[in-house]
Amino acid sequence: MKNEVHMPTRYLPFGDHALVIEFGDAISLEINAKVIALNEALQKAEIQGVEELVPTYRSLLVRYNPLTTTYEQLVFRIKDIEKTLKKTAPVESRKITIPVVYGGEYGPDLTYVAQFHELSEEQVVKLHFEREYRVYMIGFVAGFPYLGEVPDEIATPRLETPRLKVLAGSVGIAEKQTGIYPCDAPGGWRIIGRTPLKLFNPLRQPPTLLKPGDTVKFKPISEKEFKTIEETAIKGVYSPFSEV
Amino acid sequence: MKVFRVIKPGLFTTVQDLGRHGYLKCGIPISGAMDTFSLVAANALVANNPNDACLEITLIGPELQALTRTQIAITGGVISPKINGQNVPMWQTLEVQEGDLVSFGKVESGCRTYFSIRGGINTPLVLGSRATYVRGGFGGINGRQLKTEDIIEGFNKPPLKARYSMPEDLVQQFTGQYKVHVVLGPQADMFTETGINTFLSNSYMVTLEADRMGYRLEGPIIEHKAKADIISDAILPGAIQVPKNGKPIIIMRDAQTTGGYPKIAVATILDISLLGQAKPNDIIEFHKITINQAREKLFEYYKLLNNLSCMLLTT
Repeated sequence: MKNEVHMPTRYLPFGDHALVIEFGDAISLEINAKVIALNEALQKAEIQGVEELVPTYRSLLVRYNPLTTTYEQLVFRIKDIEKTLKKTAPVESRKITIPVVYGGEYGPDLTYVAQFHELSEEQVVKLHFEREYRVYMIGFVAGFPYLGEVPDEIATPRLETPRLKVLAGSVGIAEKQTGIYPCDAPGGWRIIGRTPLKLFNPLRQPPTLLKPGDTVKFKPISEKEFKTIEETAIKGVYSPFSEV
Repeated sequence: MKVFRVIKPGLFTTVQDLGRHGYLKCGIPISGAMDTFSLVAANALVANNPNDACLEITLIGPELQALTRTQIAITGGVISPKINGQNVPMWQTLEVQEGDLVSFGKVESGCRTYFSIRGGINTPLVLGSRATYVRGGFGGINGRQLKTEDIIEGFNKPPLKARYSMPEDLVQQFTGQYKVHVVLGPQADMFTETGINTFLSNSYMVTLEADRMGYRLEGPIIEHKAKADIISDAILPGAIQVPKNGKPIIIMRDAQTTGGYPKIAVATILDISLLGQAKPNDIIEFHKITINQAREKLFEYYKLLNNLSCMLLTT
C-alpha cells in the first residue's frame, strides 16, 4: 500500500476555479486520513477566496473564487499548511451506530452474497457488522456514504443489471465497499439489509447524517425494533451518536 | 403572492437561481441556471437581484396566465414569446396585466430561455437556494419541473417606472457551434499525446443524451494511456470526463458530485454558461487556455455582470 502514496503530494488544476490535492492512488485509511486532516486544517485556516472543500477517497478538491485569489497563491498557502499536518494529532472521528435489519425483504441480496462466498447468511451478517467502517466520502446521490472496507470474505461484485429502484435506507456491498442509500435511487449494489435512519434531509442542518472521516458501526436489529426506531427517529428522539 | 398560473408546463421548465453552494461535500450538486449570463440579464431587466429565482425553459416553452399585474423579461435561447398571441421582444422589460396569457414557440436557437418576474419567484429556500434539483427532489416547486395548474408565487414589489432593454451588442447569439475554452487536467496525464491532440483538434457533437446533469458527446475517440478509470473523486460542472469508450462527457449543473472517469480537462466558468445553451446535434470545439488567461477573461465577464444594470438602455 505504501508505494501508492504520492511523494510528494500532487497539486492539480481543476479548470479556472478549483484545484485538487491528491495524496495517493489507492483506497486506504492512511491516504484518506491525510485528506480528512487537510480538510479540517483548511476549514480552520479560512483562506481568502476558498469557497468550498470536497474531501473524497484520496484527494481534496478546493473550489475558489478566481477573482479574489489565484491558483499559485493557493498552492503556496496550502503547501505551507500541509507541512504542519504531520505534527498534529489525528483528527477525532465521530462514532455512529447504524441499526440494520439484515436479510429477507430488507436485504434481498443477502442470500446471493452468502451463496457466492459459500457462507451462511448469519456468517455474512456477522462479518459485516463486527467491523468498524470509515466514511471515506459522500457522493453518488445526496448523503450517500462510501464506507470501507468489508472483509474479503464478503466482498461481492455489483449486480450485472442495476435495479431501477433501491429503497431508502438500503445497505449494500460493492466489491470491498459498503454503503447506505439515503433515498430511493437506481443502483447496482448488493443489498443485504436496511436501516430505518434517514441519512439525508434537505431541511435539516447539516443535511446529511454522516460526514467524511466518521466511524460507522452497524448493529443488527429486529423488524419490530426497525418500526420503533423509524417512529422515534421521525420525532427526533432517536440518536445514533454513541460512545462506541 | 400568486403571480402566474401554469396552463401548459412546456417540455421541462424549472425554477432556478444561481445555485446551492457549500454542499458538494454532502453529495449535493450546485444546480442553478445552466446559462448564468441569461439568468442574471433576465433579472437585471426587471431590476431584480442577480440571484433571484427565474423560470428556466427548455426547448419548448410553457403557457402562463398572469394572476396579477406585473413585469417580466425573457432572455437566453430565442423562443418567439407572445402575450395574448401578439409577438413580444426578448431582452426587454415587458408589461403584463392580470389575465394576460404568456406563451412561447419552440426554441429556435440556443436551448434554454429564462423568464424573470419583477421581484423574483418565491419558493421555499432549501439549503440557501431556490434552484430545483429534480433528481434529489427538492428546491423550486416541490423539487420537480412545472406541471399544469401549478401556481407561481412572487414577492410584492412596486412596479418599475422605467422599461429597460439590453444593448444589442450584449445580446448573446447561439449559433449551435461553440468554442469552449478548457484548462487541461486534473487527469490529462492519463491520456496519450495523440489523445490530447484528438480532443483539442476535432469537433464533437452533442448527442441526445444531454440534460442538466451532463452531455455525452460523439466524435473521434480520445486515447487513454492505459486504464480508463480512477478512484472516484470530486467533479464540478465543466469537467470533461472520458470513459473507456473514448467519447467525452461534459459534466453540467445537476451532475452527481463524484465520478470515476478520468477528467482530461475542465471548461472555464464562462464557457460552462455558454454550454448551457448547447443542445443535441450542436457542435463543440475545445480550445486550450491557461488558468491565468481564463482569469483575465473572467475579470471582464464579471465586470460586465456587475455593471449590467447600468448598461441597460432605458426605453
